[in-house]
Amino acid sequence: MKKNLTICRALDICKTYWRGKVAVEALRGVTIEIKTNDYISIMGASGSGKSTLIHILSCLDTPTSGEYYLEDKLVSSYTDLELAKVRNTFFGFVFQSFSLLPRLTATENVALPLIYAAVSKKERVRKARKILEKIGLGDRMNHRPNEMSGGECQRVAIARALVNDPKVIFADEPTGNLDSRTGAEIMDIFDKLVAEGNTVVMVTHDSTVASHASKTVRLRDGMIQNE
Amino acid sequence: MNDLWLKVSLSLQTFKTHRLRSFLTALGIIIGVSTVIAILSLIEGLNRSVAEQIQSIGSDLVFLSKSPIVMAGPRNIEEIANRPDLTPEDAEAINQLPSVDVAIPEISQQLTKLKYRDKEVASVRVIGSAENFSKVNNRFVESGRDFTRDDVTHRRALCIIGSYVAKNIFPEGSPVGKELNVRGHRLKIIGVFREKGAFLGQSMDNMLVMPYTFFEKIFPRGESVIERAFFGYSVDIKPKTGQSEKTIDEVRELMRRRHGLSFDKKDDFEIGTQQMLMEIYQNITRVGFIAIVAIAAISLVVGGIGIMNIMLVSVAERTREIGIRKAVGASNQNILSQFLVESVFLALIGGVIGIMFGLILAWLISVVSPLKASVSLWMVILGFGFSAAVGIFFGIYPARRAAGLNPIEALRYE
Repeated sequence: MKKNLTICRALDICKTYWRGKVAVEALRGVTIEIKTNDYISIMGASGSGKSTLIHILSCLDTPTSGEYYLEDKLVSSYTDLELAKVRNTFFGFVFQSFSLLPRLTATENVALPLIYAAVSKKERVRKARKILEKIGLGDRMNHRPNEMSGGECQRVAIARALVNDPKVIFADEPTGNLDSRTGAEIMDIFDKLVAEGNTVVMVTHDSTVASHASKTVRLRDGMIQNE
Repeated sequence: MNDLWLKVSLSLQTFKTHRLRSFLTALGIIIGVSTVIAILSLIEGLNRSVAEQIQSIGSDLVFLSKSPIVMAGPRNIEEIANRPDLTPEDAEAINQLPSVDVAIPEISQQLTKLKYRDKEVASVRVIGSAENFSKVNNRFVESGRDFTRDDVTHRRALCIIGSYVAKNIFPEGSPVGKELNVRGHRLKIIGVFREKGAFLGQSMDNMLVMPYTFFEKIFPRGESVIERAFFGYSVDIKPKTGQSEKTIDEVRELMRRRHGLSFDKKDDFEIGTQQMLMEIYQNITRVGFIAIVAIAAISLVVGGIGIMNIMLVSVAERTREIGIRKAVGASNQNILSQFLVESVFLALIGGVIGIMFGLILAWLISVVSPLKASVSLWMVILGFGFSAAVGIFFGIYPARRAAGLNPIEALRYE
């Protein structure tokens, strides 16, 4: 993968949402760029808008105003179907609370995005297993989330984010639900992924976690403080 | 295809987790579909046996009568009574028509009691007819002999009796040669008809036939409006093979000529066919059919609402799952079809169980009662189609609701 190619470009992004009758300005003009092989951490106190930003960057949410380009294409012109496709093939997402489907095994959870990419069952299982092996869960393939530890669950979630070879991996407080030792293990995985040429953007309020990244963006009251 | 199979297996998984809930939800559909299947197959069975029986009366007969075969709606009885009577001469003239094989006059009365020594039968149908009676009516004289032309022209006091009469009055020995007393007239029995069975629950063998010439002597016509309207001759016509349409036209034309009707006057007689009898019967059963369908429709709607309710619960329960699926790339379409497949599947399971249950029910009824059940493929398809339609109709709203969820809000949902 070539370095320093711009993948995502967000210009003057604002997001206002309504909590009852009160308008909450979560983002007030954020401009950010993600290039290939970037390792960015977004920091900020709770309510600073960091989660909202990562949701917009990963196309889980749409901005109220501002322009967001994916490889020079304007995202606001995308249809629902195209957005679903972007989430499916362009990005991988790791959540704080793992967000695995409780009734599916590790392999099935990892293979989930491939279903929506219309990959055959055989290929789905092959790919999912390969990634689980790589991430060190070769002996947990047929376990369900409630049969695994938090660290294992989060590794399954990372495997799921990786399975479709995404251009950017987003992580929202990936260590937030884990003890510090397990959290460190998870961060090792992210470090390795970046070393292999992947692009990672993560949200955290923990400065030790943020220190893994090569670049830190600080948000305060919906605006970027310094870069 | 692969995709659909995936969704079906996903639905199956949901049912496994919520066995009782799924069954209760499907119960409305099960009850609706099984009722429809059971009753449809009974109606169909009834239709078939009636059709068979109507066929057995004699194939493609044409009836000419003074009064309508079945009175549908209010009719002016006075008008019918004042029509010219049909006569044996009419039958003779019809007999000469090119498309007609045989035509015979027929006149009948119900006899409350027929006695022979200490034995008696009730409600005997006494018929006056001519020598070709058995040919036209698909009857067969089993013992003794049939009428001849001479019997009719010489007004002989003879009769042929039905097997029911024979069995009841002459339990042993042959009735042929014995004499019966009908209204003070002695009639010699010359033959016995072979058994014909029952039609619509009425025995067709509780009857007695004599030459119409002698019948006129025993049963003089009354002058009341009812008698003039309904107790006269009719003509039973057996057309040549495949010519019944032509026969109807020829008979109509002939009778209009004989009654001197000008072109602007309506027919003053009625022509009926077995087809019409069948249609009349089907009209009666159709009313029952519509009533059943209406009841079934209501229970299917109730079942459908049950499905909608449970699907809404299911969507709420699985909000997080929907969020996760959307986050990893499921489109609105994917989510919509997943929930739609689930509700259709739920309804179809109800439909399949309902069909099986309905068939068992129909079979049970036909075993313990004289009703016959007849199952056709179209009923099964109908049951299947109906439940699928209910699944789609009542599943679409919950599925759309699931599909329209915002991924972020869905993910936050606890």
